[in-house]
Amino acid sequence: MTSSGASLSADAARGALYLLMLIRAFEERVLQLVSDGSIRGTTHPYVGQEAVAVGACMALRADDWVVSTHRGHGHLLAKGGDPNRLMAELFGKAAGYGGGKGGTQHMADFAVGHLGSNGVTGGGIPIGTGAALSAQMRGTSQVVAVFFGDGAANQGTFHESLNLASLWRLPAIYVCENNLYAMSTPMRDACAIEHIADRAAAYGMPGVQADGMDVLAVAAAMHAAVEHARAGRGPTLIECKTYRFLGHSKSDQRAYRSREEEAAWRERDPITRLRAVIAARGLASATDVDAIERDAVAAVDAAVDFARRSPFPDPHAVLDGVFADANDRCPS
Amino acid sequence: MPELTYWQALQEALRQEMTRDPLVFLMGEDIGAYGGAFGVTRGLLAEFGPERVRCTPISEATIVGAATGAALTGMRPVVEIMFMDFVTLAMDQLANHAAKFRYMYGPQARVPLVLRTPAGGGRCYGATHSQSLEAWFLHVPGLKVIAPATPADAKGLLTAAIRDDNPVLCVEHKLLYATTGPVPEDEETLPIGRAATRRQGRDVTLVAYSYYVGIALQAAQRLADDGIDAEVVDLRTLAPLDTETVVQSVRKTGRLVCIEEGTRTGGVGAEVAARVAELAYEYLDAPIRRIAAPDVPIPFSPPLEQETLPTADGIVHTVQEMLR
Repeated sequence: MTSSGASLSADAARGALYLLMLIRAFEERVLQLVSDGSIRGTTHPYVGQEAVAVGACMALRADDWVVSTHRGHGHLLAKGGDPNRLMAELFGKAAGYGGGKGGTQHMADFAVGHLGSNGVTGGGIPIGTGAALSAQMRGTSQVVAVFFGDGAANQGTFHESLNLASLWRLPAIYVCENNLYAMSTPMRDACAIEHIADRAAAYGMPGVQADGMDVLAVAAAMHAAVEHARAGRGPTLIECKTYRFLGHSKSDQRAYRSREEEAAWRERDPITRLRAVIAARGLASATDVDAIERDAVAAVDAAVDFARRSPFPDPHAVLDGVFADANDRCPS
Repeated sequence: MPELTYWQALQEALRQEMTRDPLVFLMGEDIGAYGGAFGVTRGLLAEFGPERVRCTPISEATIVGAATGAALTGMRPVVEIMFMDFVTLAMDQLANHAAKFRYMYGPQARVPLVLRTPAGGGRCYGATHSQSLEAWFLHVPGLKVIAPATPADAKGLLTAAIRDDNPVLCVEHKLLYATTGPVPEDEETLPIGRAATRRQGRDVTLVAYSYYVGIALQAAQRLADDGIDAEVVDLRTLAPLDTETVVQSVRKTGRLVCIEEGTRTGGVGAEVAARVAELAYEYLDAPIRRIAAPDVPIPFSPPLEQETLPTADGIVHTVQEMLR
């Protein structure tokens, strides 16, 4: 399945490895920070699923858009978001992406083409569809990658949006990150078929399976879908079977799945796999790979430091920014 | 000034804004050749083409969500939801996403989305095609809600809504579409968030909006024959609410009646009454009264439906009680 990554350049391989490692280190650190109380609220770790975000974004231009989910830190980092501002948002600090008003499930960075994470399962699917409509109507040649999970695929918005996007030939790529569990509910208890990609037939669009543990396989599937979309031929549904190595959110004890199953999936760790490809093809030396990992960890250290040093927002800011007006304080 | 119907005035606003700004486009069910369930968009498909007058499948959540995504990325969509009752199907997109993006994502985000929707009863459409749900949206920070009562207001407020950088809900009472009135020909906008005093009076303030402004004016006329001088305040915008105009009126008259077709509990009138109680309690000479639908689903049968709707008779009777 990785054969289509044969033309992978050394730069692209290192870039992908860096992002995989950055997201891994970032998410593991966030979980610690949630556990020790530095970060309040909850978090939905992306550990294990990194290949999907990184592989998908490898196929996108800087001005292409992504729409993210509740498990969204990886998408933001993969699209070029700033780890400092992301971490500061998780801390609820003024320097965060939303000035602390959004939090883990609600942040965006339009400058890098990230249109926002979304706290409602399936909530982002229509938003991404509309961004694709906007790109089409303005003739920009941009495409939109709409991320969502297996749980969201059972929402009505999935059906409505894929139908509309196919009908109007919108430049959208629907990237289903099927991590096999909607919170605790196994896919087999919630979905009447085994492969969500098979649903594409019902919408008259291509449906593709890509190994969600293999960044190059995801990138290859995305490249084809992006080309299809930019050629004006409409959307694609890509299903990436993947696995979250950790719980759904901070408090999940994972009672609904076995440690054996988890171990089997960890054998397919996307970082290990890309390292093996890099070593086999001589795309980077072991020393280089170590340096990439150190850089990733250093970026996370710096982000934590930045977030800790940033001030909390002024409590009076609570009334600001409800409306996009010159005078945008909340009306009394 | 030409006389137009309310629906023509809305269409004038759509046409002028679509002509002025290529980013403005329409989306909704049966808004093309059919012209929309109440005819507001008739002719616009021929005029602007299917790219800008987009007939959609029956997918309210995605109509509103896609419009939100388009708005977030620079377009200015105007969505029609065929009956206000069906906004329920798009509630997540409207209340959780469109309304909150600006606040959560910061100044980079703006959602210049207009959602037009026919509301209200009086046509025997039954419980799922007759509701006046506007009060719900007062409880969603980030949304603006307009409810024009006249053709001129319909044009001016809808124009302002299309130019507004926030999500705006335009509530159009079905019984208003065929009403007529003078409408300015130019691209005049009316400020969102400002009420209008439709009739000056000294004895009682009747607060209404949309179709019930006309009913309140009829009641005021009859009260005048009785020697009672009613002031009629047309809210025009429900969010943000023009508290100032209402409070000033009550300070003058000492009595307040809130009139609406939505159900009574948690209604627009409840909010108006609460604000007046907070800000002008000492000016009140009588308890505040609300005239609204009882807390029942809208029934079909004509006499039953009529029983739920506010009437000029009911207003006159209530005011007479207050002044007794």
